[in-house]
Amino acid sequence: MRVDENVTTGGDSYYAAAKKNYPAAVSGRLRTIKWSVLIITLGIYYFLPFIRWDRGPDAPGQAVLIDMAGRKAYFFGVEIWPQEVYYLTGLLVLASVALFLMNAVAGRVWCGYLCPQTVWTDLYFAVERWIEGDRRDRIVRDRAPMSVGKFVRKATKHLIWLLIAVGTGGAWVLYFGDAPTIIKDAFTGNAAPIVYIWVGILTFTTYSLAGFMREQVCVYMCPWPRIQAALTDEWALNVTYRFDRGEPRMSVRTGARAKEAGASVGDCIDCKACVQVCPTGVDIREGMQLGCIQCGLCIDACDTVMTKVGREPGLIGYDTDMNIARRQEGKPAIYRIVRPRTVLYAALIVIIGGIMAYTLANRAFQGVSVLHDRNPLYVTLSDGGARNGYTVRLINKRPHERHFALTVSGLPEGFAVEAQGVAAAGGKPVVTVPPDTTREVRVLVMVPGSVALPASTPIDFYIVDTENGEKASTSDFFRAKPPG
Amino acid sequence: MAHEEIDKVSGVATTGHEWDGIKELNNPLPRWWLWVFYACILFAVGYVFVYPAVPLASSYTKGLLGHSQRASALAETAAGQAARAEVGKGLANASLDDIKTDPKMLEFAMAQGRAAFGDNCAPCHGSGATGSKGYPNLQDDDWLWGGTLADIEHTITVGIRSTSEDTRMNDMPRFGADGLLDVKQVRNVAGYVLSLSGGSVQGADVEAGKQIFAENCTSCHGEDAKGLQELGAPNLTDKVWLYGGDEASVINTVTYAHRGVMPTWGGRLDPVTIKSLAIYVHDLGGGT
Repeated sequence: MRVDENVTTGGDSYYAAAKKNYPAAVSGRLRTIKWSVLIITLGIYYFLPFIRWDRGPDAPGQAVLIDMAGRKAYFFGVEIWPQEVYYLTGLLVLASVALFLMNAVAGRVWCGYLCPQTVWTDLYFAVERWIEGDRRDRIVRDRAPMSVGKFVRKATKHLIWLLIAVGTGGAWVLYFGDAPTIIKDAFTGNAAPIVYIWVGILTFTTYSLAGFMREQVCVYMCPWPRIQAALTDEWALNVTYRFDRGEPRMSVRTGARAKEAGASVGDCIDCKACVQVCPTGVDIREGMQLGCIQCGLCIDACDTVMTKVGREPGLIGYDTDMNIARRQEGKPAIYRIVRPRTVLYAALIVIIGGIMAYTLANRAFQGVSVLHDRNPLYVTLSDGGARNGYTVRLINKRPHERHFALTVSGLPEGFAVEAQGVAAAGGKPVVTVPPDTTREVRVLVMVPGSVALPASTPIDFYIVDTENGEKASTSDFFRAKPPG
Repeated sequence: MAHEEIDKVSGVATTGHEWDGIKELNNPLPRWWLWVFYACILFAVGYVFVYPAVPLASSYTKGLLGHSQRASALAETAAGQAARAEVGKGLANASLDDIKTDPKMLEFAMAQGRAAFGDNCAPCHGSGATGSKGYPNLQDDDWLWGGTLADIEHTITVGIRSTSEDTRMNDMPRFGADGLLDVKQVRNVAGYVLSLSGGSVQGADVEAGKQIFAENCTSCHGEDAKGLQELGAPNLTDKVWLYGGDEASVINTVTYAHRGVMPTWGGRLDPVTIKSLAIYVHDLGGGT
């Protein structure tokens, strides 16, 4: 298999210049799907930051927001704290299993329809076609010497590309702060340097990757094609040239003559429409290959041609090599979407998603963590008793102030609990924690000298919301002078 | 290089290099990759001129930007100190009790106190403020000169037997060494003192010791031996012993006395730092 169709294998040089692709316009079922996906995904990307979500007066009002300074992430009604980053891990695990499932069902669907590289490159191609015309016009113009008309078109194209690129970077930063404020600040020159830096970085990557690198990203930079090739199996539907039907390929006229002579004639008329529309410039008729992102545009192109010459469409289609072999043996093609592999992936998605949804729905809105003093482990008091110091952090994830009664269990009667700077009510310190934040207090636990204790006693800390009784607990130890 | 030989299996041209019959295929690298490589070299060359890079005998090339991590660290430290001074102003005018009840000021005072303690106090009192023999444990509830916020602040400011004119000061006689009590009497009074907290001294006559105590010690340690914080006289009935609570240590203390010294910090640390230290130490184990 030739690894890379875009590179002219110059016998003499160890380096090859990338060949520029001029993908032709195409229309059809899959092109329509691709347009729809492009509009939906870019629409989400550009407009999501503008959706408002009321969380009360002290919380940000943006539906999707990663608040770095406040160390919180907001997604509509869900608020994620840094210690809950495992939800992000869960999302990434879900995303990868979903990728595997897509791959098991229909190969590189991700590459062909959803990958940002594909989507933005597709948008850039559209702009290029709009300004410079279709494939033939672009080839002719690129070969022609520079003229005013050529310069104006090229300049216009690059200007629009740059505007899209700036918009890409501009939308990215909106996820990290209040979108309308950032836009206003950015245009009046008042935004933080980091805003301009990120807009600049993403402008550069969008402009260079979608405008110039294009399929080189898929072939040389992206790991997924390699991983995908190792994950796929003989049942996965791939964009396939049905060579059993297409070969031997020949033009309509030659084919008619050959048929009269009684020779076998394939349906492929070798019009190269499939190659011309390919955004990565591969020839699908050579079979599955690294450069093929399986966007299916060749299917649309071929179907159009087949219909035009009065042959049945579907010469290129989502199919498997196994089915080609079966057809050649005279057996019927078999398609099996539901098979152990896809069922397993789907089950994994359901299980992981279910666990995440369950924990999200049932997570506590308060928490307590305790750090025992390292030095000293215990203090001997004047009555011979022992005192241990703890740093206790109380977490309040609700948007209003709460009061937590702090109690300790696991010690014999007679001990006392004191929280520094905190008033006690009913013998228990009651700690007030401001809305949506944490509070650290130093807690001293004292056991009188009349109580004999082992060197280490396991104890539990409890916090209980004085209003609604919601609680949280954690365990630690009480240290004392070893007996004897 | 001009070999047009095509490998039969892969259909790819070879480079003409051959080792024991194994031929190297020529799958050409993209040209832009080569340019990226050159660009990296250019970047490295530029970096050498723009940033500090080459070590010299006693110095190094400074670079066109004059960048220095040390300078930027110092600038950041200065900025931090300036910002701290701003919050510190609030502390200067607030009373210790006010600071203790204001969470914002308390957090700041605790942080500054913790740092100042580590810098100035930890050499004697230990990083955990637990002290050691002769150096008071600041974590416990036994306070020689008083454990209130004001007492602690005053102790830090003037020190103990320090060079300050207002220093805290007391003077326990060297009962044994100076012949005020003989060896037997010392043993007896040590026996009495230890009996107050449930201990004992071998061969000591506790009743005789009680008599000696009443005659020699009560003026400072009090009739009940519970000490007197105004004089810095320790409570002898509890389980906390600065110079050791075993038989030998107590006899040694009565014989030679101890005169621990703590420097005055009034002139060395600014009032806000001393306030922060008082808050921090009080938080450790202060009280009355």
